[in-house]
Amino acid sequence: MAVTSTSPTAARSALRVRGLSVEFRTRRGPVPSVRGVDLDVAPGELVALLGESGSGKSVTVRSIMGLDADNARSSADEMRLGDTDLLALSGDERRRLRGHRMSMVFQDALSALNPVLSVGDQIGDLIRAHTDASRRAARARAVELLAMVGIPGASRRVGDYPHQFSGGMRQRILIGMAIALEPELLLADEPTTALDVTVQAQILELLDRLRRELDMAVLLITHDLGVVSEVADRVAVMYAGRIVERGSGDDLLAQPAHPYTEALLTSVPQTEGLGRDLVTIPGSPPNPERVPPGCAFHPRCSWAVEACRETRPALIEVRRGRESACHRSQEVVGAGNE
Amino acid sequence: MPATSSPHTPQPAGTAPPGEVVLEARDLVKTFTTGRGGLSRTRVSSVDGISLSLRAGESLGIVGESGCGKSTLARMLVGLEVPDSGSISYRGRDVTAARRGDRRLLRRGVQMVFQDPYTSLDPRMTVLEIVGEPLTASRTGTRASRRDRVAELLSLVGLAPGLMERYPHQFSGGQRQRIGIARALALEPEVLVCDEPVSALDVSVQAQVVNVLRDLQRRLGVTLLFIAHDLSVVRHVADRVAVMYLGRIAEIGPTATVYEAPAHPYTQALLSASPVVDRARRGRMAARIVLDGDPPSPTSPPPGCRFHTRCRMARDDCRTDVPSLRRPSEAQERARLAACHHAEDALTRLEDVFGPA
Ligand SMILES: Nc1ncnc2c1ncn2[C@@H]1O[C@H](COP(=O)(O)OP(=O)(O)OP(=O)(O)O)[C@@H](O)[C@H]1O
Ligand SMILES: Nc1ncnc2c1ncn2[C@@H]1O[C@H](COP(=O)(O)OP(=O)(O)O)[C@@H](O)[C@H]1O
Ligand code: SF4
Ligand code: SF4
Ligand SMILES: [Mg+2]
Ligand SMILES: [Mg+2]
Repeated sequence: MAVTSTSPTAARSALRVRGLSVEFRTRRGPVPSVRGVDLDVAPGELVALLGESGSGKSVTVRSIMGLDADNARSSADEMRLGDTDLLALSGDERRRLRGHRMSMVFQDALSALNPVLSVGDQIGDLIRAHTDASRRAARARAVELLAMVGIPGASRRVGDYPHQFSGGMRQRILIGMAIALEPELLLADEPTTALDVTVQAQILELLDRLRRELDMAVLLITHDLGVVSEVADRVAVMYAGRIVERGSGDDLLAQPAHPYTEALLTSVPQTEGLGRDLVTIPGSPPNPERVPPGCAFHPRCSWAVEACRETRPALIEVRRGRESACHRSQEVVGAGNE
Repeated sequence: MPATSSPHTPQPAGTAPPGEVVLEARDLVKTFTTGRGGLSRTRVSSVDGISLSLRAGESLGIVGESGCGKSTLARMLVGLEVPDSGSISYRGRDVTAARRGDRRLLRRGVQMVFQDPYTSLDPRMTVLEIVGEPLTASRTGTRASRRDRVAELLSLVGLAPGLMERYPHQFSGGQRQRIGIARALALEPEVLVCDEPVSALDVSVQAQVVNVLRDLQRRLGVTLLFIAHDLSVVRHVADRVAVMYLGRIAEIGPTATVYEAPAHPYTQALLSASPVVDRARRGRMAARIVLDGDPPSPTSPPPGCRFHTRCRMARDDCRTDVPSLRRPSEAQERARLAACHHAEDALTRLEDVFGPA
């Protein structure tokens, strides 16, 4: 079982982020996409960052990786990888950490691999860039990694090119590359969204095994509640660039304290509701250029009251290990008890 | 030829009584040839001998993994693609042959809703023009009556008629998908073929579109063919469900039976691998039925049962003999058919799918 840190100030933190904001310069002016995000991931822990498209998940993890887009301006109060203060590092020092102490798996596996290099060469180059391993040793390690991520006949296939593998295999190869140097932190941006369920299951199982075997911290980005339910120790829910609720997976999924989380959970088709209409959330997620004032969710919220239009609710603890940004959190979480 | 509908088809509770067969496909085959010719030519077996029939007012769900031929099947059923062999009949009339009158009949009676609401609507046309286009093209009514009809169609899918002068980019994905549905309904089709209508939508708006489709089915009696890769959505929408694997139907039957007592090893594997939002059942995925290897390429489908390269129950006969769709003996549900030589054995191993009872 993984370490479940209930306290966000847990001493043993693989990743600690405070007050991360990212703004994009566009022709229509600055667009704030991520606003004051706090995140903690402990070693061996799998935290899910849940949110709909455009809510700011990818922008958040790219910024943590130090891979902001050219037109982005990011700022944070604090950003630590273990004991290392990421904000104090130069661009070069930050680059050296990537792939080594922290790595990322992108959603689109085909475009993330080099089509003209064999997968063995790609993994080998990566290992040799960060360690003094010999060519042979790097090759042997590549075979080991391919086997570890479940590529059958790894020693035979190490010389194959990306296009010779299926989509699910390429995604696993990317994970193999990301863990090649046993990073402390793995950021996985929707690694299974483009995959079929049987392959998705393999990848999720792989992530789960790796964090247990290597004590790796995993931040898994997803919009799929089923995936969250299956693998997450803790969950952070993002809406319009902010974390609106977080807590342990069991607790949060059983008794959401934020109306958005609650609405997401009830809109998923479930066996109990068969034959009935699905519960819908009116409207659609806001455009980041025009986020509603007050609580960004208020135009769609069935709990909204007057105060919600004007005052933005802060993310505060509603009970032990659970934070929610809603004026009515206590009532919402209480309603789940009935 | 596999029979896909028995005359005794019991309908699941809460749906319309079995109506007449409106659309029937028999032994559809579609193979694509790719490459420049010569040695680089490859043949992709996309749909290989699919038969199914749709009864008035029912909804049939189609599930299966990427590339198994769902869209190709859908495109043949609406007349956008011509099968290599096999036949399609609409209201008892053979519409397979490219006779123009027949195809017009099919095109009118069977409409399609496309997967991607962002690319399937012309950005330069107003909603009025988009939804009214089928009416204009078929010279139905006057300009004023068409406008009234568009207003009616928009209300039907839950959009304010006052929005008809706007352009697609002014709408969200869920709204665009509803515009696509309104347009598909313009000519009062009997059958609506929806190819992954909610896959591209945000979770919070998927339910809006699913409800619109269910509502149309109830109010207008439209027959639905609903394609999806999300098993939980299909379960919610479909009276019957067909599971496809590599161009063939692996299993078909009433939704409750297929989901609760799957008889095909592939259906069992799919169900056991789908994450559900239920923490009590966490870890279920680790105990899922693991499929061996990767999906075979449709350019060289395995002989015999196409699933045999990944099936945990495969035996010698599976590698040589193509299993036909049949009712597993002793199965309670007569309307459920599975294309597996060993479906009886598979049915005894349901605890592998759902855990011990
Ligand atoms: N025009 C075409 N030319 C060549 N091959 C094609 C063509 N259309 C489809 N195919 C192939 O036929 C097979 C079935 O494709 P189809 O689009 O029907 O799959 P699908 O089940 O709808 O998949 P998805 O879930 O990814 O939408 C695939 O192998 C595909 O590559
Ligand atoms: N380079 C960029 N320039 C301008 N806007 C951007 C850029 N990258 C992302 N965005 C915007 O930031 C918001 C959040 O994006 P993203 O983090 O990718 O969302 P998601 O939660 O789907 O991963 C979106 O509105 C997106 O359009
Ligand atoms: S603050 Fe108000 S609008 Fe926002 S989620 Fe809570 S009740 Fe709804
Ligand atoms: S016919 Fe054989 S290989 Fe095919 S599903 Fe049945 S047991 Fe498996
Ligand atoms: Mg993203
Ligand atoms: Mg398709």
